[in-house]
Amino acid sequence: MPILWLRVALVCYAFGLLYALVALTRAADLLNRIALHAAYLGMIFHFVSLAETMVQAGQLTLASVHNTESVLSFLIMVLFLIVYAVYKTTSPGIVVFPLVFLLTFVAATGEQPFLLMPPGVRKGWLEVHIALILTGYAALIVSFCASLLYLIQERALKSKRASGLLSRLPALEVIDEIGFRSLLLGFPFMTLGLLAGTVVAQATYGRVDFLDPKIMLSILMWAVYLLLLYTRWSAGWRGRRAAYLAAGAFAMALVAWAANYFSTIHKFAQS
Amino acid sequence: MNFQLIGINHTTAPVEVRERLAIPESRLPDALKQLRQHPGVDEGLILCTCNRVEVLAQTRNGSADLRSFLRDYFRLDPAGYEPHLYEYREAEAIRHMFRVTSSLDSMVVGEPQILGQVKEAYATARAVGAVHSQLDLLLTRAFAVAKRVRTETAVGSSSVSVASVAVELAKKIFGSLHGKHVYLVGAGKMSELAARHLLAHGAESIFVANRTYERATQLAAKFNGQAILFEQLYETCDRADIVITSTGAPFAIFRKEHGELFLSRRKNRPMFFVDIAVPRDVDPEMNKLDGIFVYDIDDLQQAVASHVADRKKEAEHAESIIQTEVIRFQARLQTLDVVPTIVSLQDHLETIRQAEIDRVRGRLGQMTPEQEMAIETLTHGIVNKIMHTPISTLKTAAREAEATTLVDVVRRLFNLQEKDKNAKATKSDGSGAGN
Repeated sequence: MPILWLRVALVCYAFGLLYALVALTRAADLLNRIALHAAYLGMIFHFVSLAETMVQAGQLTLASVHNTESVLSFLIMVLFLIVYAVYKTTSPGIVVFPLVFLLTFVAATGEQPFLLMPPGVRKGWLEVHIALILTGYAALIVSFCASLLYLIQERALKSKRASGLLSRLPALEVIDEIGFRSLLLGFPFMTLGLLAGTVVAQATYGRVDFLDPKIMLSILMWAVYLLLLYTRWSAGWRGRRAAYLAAGAFAMALVAWAANYFSTIHKFAQS
Repeated sequence: MNFQLIGINHTTAPVEVRERLAIPESRLPDALKQLRQHPGVDEGLILCTCNRVEVLAQTRNGSADLRSFLRDYFRLDPAGYEPHLYEYREAEAIRHMFRVTSSLDSMVVGEPQILGQVKEAYATARAVGAVHSQLDLLLTRAFAVAKRVRTETAVGSSSVSVASVAVELAKKIFGSLHGKHVYLVGAGKMSELAARHLLAHGAESIFVANRTYERATQLAAKFNGQAILFEQLYETCDRADIVITSTGAPFAIFRKEHGELFLSRRKNRPMFFVDIAVPRDVDPEMNKLDGIFVYDIDDLQQAVASHVADRKKEAEHAESIIQTEVIRFQARLQTLDVVPTIVSLQDHLETIRQAEIDRVRGRLGQMTPEQEMAIETLTHGIVNKIMHTPISTLKTAAREAEATTLVDVVRRLFNLQEKDKNAKATKSDGSGAGN
């Protein structure tokens, strides 16, 4: 059943995808509103799916690839809603919806989920580790979306054409604030998540293998994240330079995610 | 009625061309004198704003070559601006003046500043005697038309002036204007208005720098702002989020290196330059810097293109008002044209009456004052009775726009040609009292 609800959510998110495509060219009209509401509806189904998974297994097994993807996309949607509540703008949807759709799509394909469950692992810590990292990822993704929007808005303002897009995107400084705040929000989660990871590794293997590709990439990603915050704080980097850095951090995060497949300690076992 | 107009505006020419034809306020009286001395020009008016340069003339019999006036005055390569010029005559010139004054031809349709600018141009031209009779009538009428358009249509109601467009753009960059600082470079009317708008939308403080420090202090005092010595402009400018420049400097005050300096001092927080000066105060290269947004007067126009569309309907209504006003004004000018004819007709008959009385007086011999009076009354009565219908017919015809033919007929019937010159002298008096 959870997979069914997830697929229903996916269909709803497809409307969100439509919003992302249409909002670029048209002003807020009926189609846009339908698409937005469909995306909200999708969140509800998504939540039902997650809740059911939890009830069935007695707990939310985050250590499954499909579940993590599902949870990540749900978290991104939650952040999207928070941004909407604070700034009254749905424009991050232009970037967020395609991502959410993609993540949910992968999660909803019917393959058997992999489980990351080495023998003797401390389960609680593992779950905490994954939950924290996912929240950090979601924040990083929203921040990256904001960077893209910043670039779009900056270009629109520079080109001086009163395009429709210009009038629908939030003000430049507001976008900047969304990006910076989600970066600030995400950083502690990411840091604590990595720390929790080391705890898990310590407890399971008695040591942390820093030469493991997954761990190295994760630390690298964290370093770029830190650099992003530092340049912003000290030199006020924003716009193009910040967007490149955010893109770098995002790429690192993707690679670190993918590194599961060639990491020795972060191996997923066939369930 | 021999109105002729030549001009260049924001729709026909980019700011690069307009800034070359700009005449500073201080040199306007001289320009007007030169215009009046131009062959064929009787009266003249020059309107020079950041969006337009218009030369309006009332010409003596026929036409004057206003293009050659521009060539003589500016001594620029005509190929650079002549393709952008437009020319209007008679009714079209009247219509154009009405449209300009009513803000229908403005960059931002309905903006209120243009009326004041036309009034200033009129005052300057009057002061040097370049405007005295027909142009005076035209301009006075134009002000009345502008008022009518303002009260009868919604064109000016949600008026988007350059200032409020600047506010809108500032909001696109900064979101809220609360806590933002505004820097006025040059203390002109426009920048004052822009400052007022920005403050009304929450901007926190105002700095004013002006070539004359006194003027800066005056303006700063108005807004509880801070006046700054012009020499300290570059050291202090990074404090501002929004910079409005409107100096009369012939070269750019802000160049790319200044922008880089400001950005590094501001930790790359964005800056918004509103350049309403013509010639421009901010080097367009500045816009290429990350975090600096430069809008010159032409860019502001594009930013409001959408507003213009919203007001199209109201503008159509305004155009129809202008149309009727143009016809009415022409009719009025034609009424003025029949006045000299009426005057010379009256003169003509009076001369005949006097001559006839003198001729018969000898034959009548000595008369009592009562008899004298009776003859006067009798002859006056006859002349007036005869005159009454032709004169009222002429006056009515004048309003129907068939006056020219009728005036011709009357003049030929009574053989009034040679008295024409005398009549002209009384014409301006008549026009002042008439209607």
